Amino acid sequence: MLLSMTGINKSFGDVRVLTDASLQVGPGEVMALIGQNGAGKSTLIKILTGAYSHDAGSIEFQGADVRFGSTAASQAAGIATIYQEINLAPNRTVAENIFLGREPRRFGLVDRARMQADARTVLRRFKLDIDVNRPLQDFEAATRQMVAIARGVTQNARLLILDEPTSSLDEREVAVLFETIRTLKADGVAAIFISHRLDELFAICDRVTIMRDGRTVAVSPMKDISKVELVRTMLGKELAAFTAKKRAHGDGEGAALVGVENLGAGVRVRDVSLTIGKGEIAGLAGLLGAGRTETARLIYAADRKERGAITVDGRETNYVAPADAIADGMGFVSEDRKIEGIVPEMSVRENMTLAILPKLQKAGIVDKAAQRAIVEKYIAALGIKCSSPEQPIRELSGGNQQKVLLARWLCMNPRLLIVDEPTRGIDVGAKAEILKLLRSLADEGLSVLMISSELEELIAAADHVTVLSDGLSVRRLASEDITEANLLSAMAYQEVPA
Amino acid sequence: MMQENSRSNVVAALIPRSNLQLARLCVITVVFGLLIFGALRYDNFLSSYNILSFLRYNSMFMLIALGMALVIMTGGIDLSVGGTAAMTSVVAATLSPYGWVAGLAGGMAAGLIVGIVNGLVVTRLRIQPFIATLAAMLATYGTALLLSGNQSVSVSYDTAFISIGQDDFLGFPIPAWIAIVCYIVGWIALERHPVGRRILAVGDGEATAKLMGLKVGRTLLGVYATSGLLAGLAGVILAAQFGAGQPTEGVGWELFAISSVVVGGTLLSGGVGSIGATLAGAILLAMVFNILNFENGLGVISLSAYWQSVIRGAFLLVVVILQAKLMNGRSQR
Repeated sequence: MLLSMTGINKSFGDVRVLTDASLQVGPGEVMALIGQNGAGKSTLIKILTGAYSHDAGSIEFQGADVRFGSTAASQAAGIATIYQEINLAPNRTVAENIFLGREPRRFGLVDRARMQADARTVLRRFKLDIDVNRPLQDFEAATRQMVAIARGVTQNARLLILDEPTSSLDEREVAVLFETIRTLKADGVAAIFISHRLDELFAICDRVTIMRDGRTVAVSPMKDISKVELVRTMLGKELAAFTAKKRAHGDGEGAALVGVENLGAGVRVRDVSLTIGKGEIAGLAGLLGAGRTETARLIYAADRKERGAITVDGRETNYVAPADAIADGMGFVSEDRKIEGIVPEMSVRENMTLAILPKLQKAGIVDKAAQRAIVEKYIAALGIKCSSPEQPIRELSGGNQQKVLLARWLCMNPRLLIVDEPTRGIDVGAKAEILKLLRSLADEGLSVLMISSELEELIAAADHVTVLSDGLSVRRLASEDITEANLLSAMAYQEVPA
Repeated sequence: MMQENSRSNVVAALIPRSNLQLARLCVITVVFGLLIFGALRYDNFLSSYNILSFLRYNSMFMLIALGMALVIMTGGIDLSVGGTAAMTSVVAATLSPYGWVAGLAGGMAAGLIVGIVNGLVVTRLRIQPFIATLAAMLATYGTALLLSGNQSVSVSYDTAFISIGQDDFLGFPIPAWIAIVCYIVGWIALERHPVGRRILAVGDGEATAKLMGLKVGRTLLGVYATSGLLAGLAGVILAAQFGAGQPTEGVGWELFAISSVVVGGTLLSGGVGSIGATLAGAILLAMVFNILNFENGLGVISLSAYWQSVIRGAFLLVVVILQAKLMNGRSQR
């Protein structure tokens, strides 16, 4: 084995993120590493590259026990990491980027002629003939990626870590990247390939390591595992005790509130169509990177759509910014509460009324009475457990924080509420409560677009589910058809190569 | 995507390769424009007396602008240069009786210490450069007043110390020689030495630079130390030129330096920058003052010296607006 990580444990404070995780890669082997968000992939990689230190376990690289103190140390030992967002200096030239930190020198100064010649030589290996004196930012993503790889190669890397390397590449660019990986493989360079595009894993990888909840749950040769099996292993089965669904609204045949047709923007959302009926919970499923959040952001005008149409109540929308969407009765509860949602130091009251504040003004001053009325109403209605409306929100549990965020939008009387991973980081009991709450809101006429990675959640709560794969809406499942098997096979769907 | 890319490649080939080059071109054009304007309008504008006294006086500002440029290229800022220069002018004046070497070395050492402290606070304690150097600015002004008892500290005329500020070497003011040498060294370091690549890479993104295995902390420490050292040198020249350590001088110097750097096309966000254009920026802003003096000398109009700030401010604003426009143009491609 070139690399052997075994029994790796890691905690951040009280939170255990890795438990007995392992990863083995042989020389010249391309190993896929997959897992849900939060499964521990990136923590494991950061431990390998020396960005984090592990609490327990051992790492053996090229036959020696190692524990890298910094990324510089792991690079020196022959591990090069190519990140999703290409981590090079955009304003520096291609040649400089390849040799930054170890420029060829002459009389103590940078030998620019040699640096440029060497850069051309190494890029030519990857059949890349570009002006190495141009700033890196002038080139397309695939080229920048290739430059990052070239940097790794000139550092005599024996192991390349490719973290979602294809997420911003188009098909042709991916082909070029794969060609490069194969070239390196022939030289005995191994690679760890992290991607959520399953067909890519099957195209380039020899074996796959699957992680879930901080553990390595399966290792298998690529040829011995099917896509569906892979997805199933990755998502796991934690059938929680959700209440059985009361499907009051049938199968999504009701009057449509929102219609999305052939929506597209960039490479993440290629062609998505879906409808959300009045008083319906519409699910949006797909693997990470399938374009779920991106689709929601386009509907909400957080990003600009490039193609397709979005209609609300039959009229095409022309939102310029989220403010327009909000004015038209939309709300968005984002996936990451900590970053985009709550203001931790503010009270429950302040957090809840953040969005409606402009409407609560009387002559520019917040109408305290009206504010208090709203806060008390929703604390009671949603069953938010807090000592008082003045309690800082950071002291609340995840489930209650989420309820405050829901209340923030509900008090605006929205017609459509978009919830992105509404139960992430919430314990099982509270999950069912949140889902029940969404259902009762839908019963009162609210339309909900629910993005979720948890199959059980979709099965339990959604009236119909649109499944995205690689930026395409590949399947729409309604009522009884929303089953684990159907969802899995749709999520694992890949375009047939032309 | 391909189409877009090839189009932008064509565009990139036609216009200067970067905003920086464009800005550099602008500032140099304006400098020459002002030179021609002055030469045509005023009799003695290009006289050797005017040029040499211009260089003698403005060398101090050029030095702090050089240090500031390096700091800003890393994405930081050094607000303490004015206070540091005030303090080191007092230190140098106090030490001047022991010889010019003592005065020079003492002043530079004092500046270097401030710079190293700044660097350590920024890198080790992870304090924002703005705050760290703001604190240093207050501390250095205070120290200058403490050391001097709130009075100018006369330099010793028994030693050669004042020559550093007042004499010529080969017919050229010594402060100007110092500035020229520093700029040449600075240019080589930035453009030809690996350390320059490292400075710019850190400014392009600290996290990225760290992931590339570069020594980010050491680089930052180095630029703040350099900035302090150059401010110290400026303080020495200040004391030597005016014959006294000036605890209350230096106010606003940091703003002059920042303006020079920005006018020279260096982005405050870091990652790009040029030594030559910084020098041009400093010369441009200094020339505004020089031309104002000449204009008043003509006796047609009488503009108070305060106008120089207004005019410099206008220059700065125009440059920043141009930069912002160019940046937008680039990011939308």
